[in-house]
Amino acid sequence: MAETIWLFLGLLGTLTTASAVATALSWKSTRKGDVLPSTLANLNSRIKAWWIMIATISIAFLFGKGGVILLFAFVSFAALREYVTLTHTRRGDHWILLGMFLVIIPVQYYLLWIEWYGMFSIFVPVYCFLAMPALTAISGDTERFLERVSEQQWGIMLSVYCLSHVPALLTLPIPGFEGKGLLLIAFLIATVQGSDVLQYVFGKLFGRNKVAPKISPSKTWEGLIGGVISASLLGAALYWLTPFTPAQAGLMAALACIMGFFGGLVASAIKRDRGVKDWGHMIEGHGGMLDRADSLVFAAPIFFHIVRYFWT
Amino acid sequence: MIENKPILRRAAAMVLAGVARAITGVRPIWQGCAPSRRQRIYFANHASHGDFILLSTCLLPEERERTRAVAGADYWRKNRIRHVLARDLLNTVLVERNWVQREQDPMVIMLDALEDGHSLIIFPEGTRNMTDEPLLRFRSGLYNLAFARPDVELVPCWIENMSRVLPKGAFLPVPLLCRVIFGAPVELTPAEDRHAFLDRARQALLELNPEYQRSLNHG
Repeated sequence: MAETIWLFLGLLGTLTTASAVATALSWKSTRKGDVLPSTLANLNSRIKAWWIMIATISIAFLFGKGGVILLFAFVSFAALREYVTLTHTRRGDHWILLGMFLVIIPVQYYLLWIEWYGMFSIFVPVYCFLAMPALTAISGDTERFLERVSEQQWGIMLSVYCLSHVPALLTLPIPGFEGKGLLLIAFLIATVQGSDVLQYVFGKLFGRNKVAPKISPSKTWEGLIGGVISASLLGAALYWLTPFTPAQAGLMAALACIMGFFGGLVASAIKRDRGVKDWGHMIEGHGGMLDRADSLVFAAPIFFHIVRYFWT
Repeated sequence: MIENKPILRRAAAMVLAGVARAITGVRPIWQGCAPSRRQRIYFANHASHGDFILLSTCLLPEERERTRAVAGADYWRKNRIRHVLARDLLNTVLVERNWVQREQDPMVIMLDALEDGHSLIIFPEGTRNMTDEPLLRFRSGLYNLAFARPDVELVPCWIENMSRVLPKGAFLPVPLLCRVIFGAPVELTPAEDRHAFLDRARQALLELNPEYQRSLNHG
């Protein structure tokens, strides 16, 4: 497909440019023997991690549907592990916790693989929703019961259910767009992650007024507005990856980016409450898997359902 | 002795470290000391069978190879499978905990291992801690070792989360992120008696626990 090649070349060009700029900036700031400022060191490791992430996604795409489903099952695993680490668990929860990793993740992604949409959309919010507290009750430990049950539910919704809506885009039968589901996923990931990067850049350059100073010092109105507008333009420019017109693509991108912003905000609130800066250390320079995926978690289900409602 | 380490044991150690990393993403935090080739005794909190694997995973490969965990002979000799696991695969130093019935002095066995150039991992609480207390009272072995071998560094290591990953009695581990926090070495001072030293060592370990730090900050 010509689109795939263009997409690949575009990504390669963007990353190469980013690496070149970062290298030039680092060279300039250390030329006189100064120490590399932490912002630049972080930028370098972030860009390096982007190369690895994009390589991983590209390899998964080469394997088609199976590859993408496996990739996101792994993302869910890593995200859920980071999440559960920060929650309150007790000895009696051992079997439930095992079930979250060994049963719920495989089943949810298997349902995607066999494209049983009816079950895919209710397995977590109906069956797991009821089964998990029931099993917790059987374990007999009532200490902080509601808190434990709620945290488990939240973790599964966030890390498994919401995230699984990214590969679910492959299963949508969009007339005239058959067999191009991977491109739609690429569009969603590119705009949401692009928006994260652009919000970071605009925030660093122009950030003055904080959106929620109590939650995150790095989220500013200037970053948000600049990031969302530029990412929407990016989305409109990438309309050829999608079944949308350029205007529709811009709107969909704007929506995904705003949802992504809320995802990041909620994730920050949880981290602040638990007294940690990052979810983990899996991705160098970025933090954990959830630090990278939090925006996608919020954007994916809404994006999926709007496409499903209007385009199928 | 270390040179003759069987291939099987080395392979087992590598596989275990790989599995430990895959499940727990374990990271060492060298807070009070740096990784080193010096002979050391690592002493840690104990709540799970995974503890010693997690700790040795955090060590440099060559240090991991010469580091052996001290474990209870009564538990690990109970049946054949356990005994083979402990002796051949995990290369543990087995000591008898019940001093009324024991035939060999644990101190002699541990000092022999140190004499052979091994580093040791010991759990001074003596058993897996199943209480809500973060750390039990220390048994005196740590003091005896410090007294007999002042040249070996005693490094406190706080193992985080492992009791949630693999609690006592559980067979399958839950994947959760773990860290091992290495503190500053504790030294026996000339005037110090057994009790004072054990209390100080226990306190040094406890202070590495991030939750303990948090509870201090909240008053």
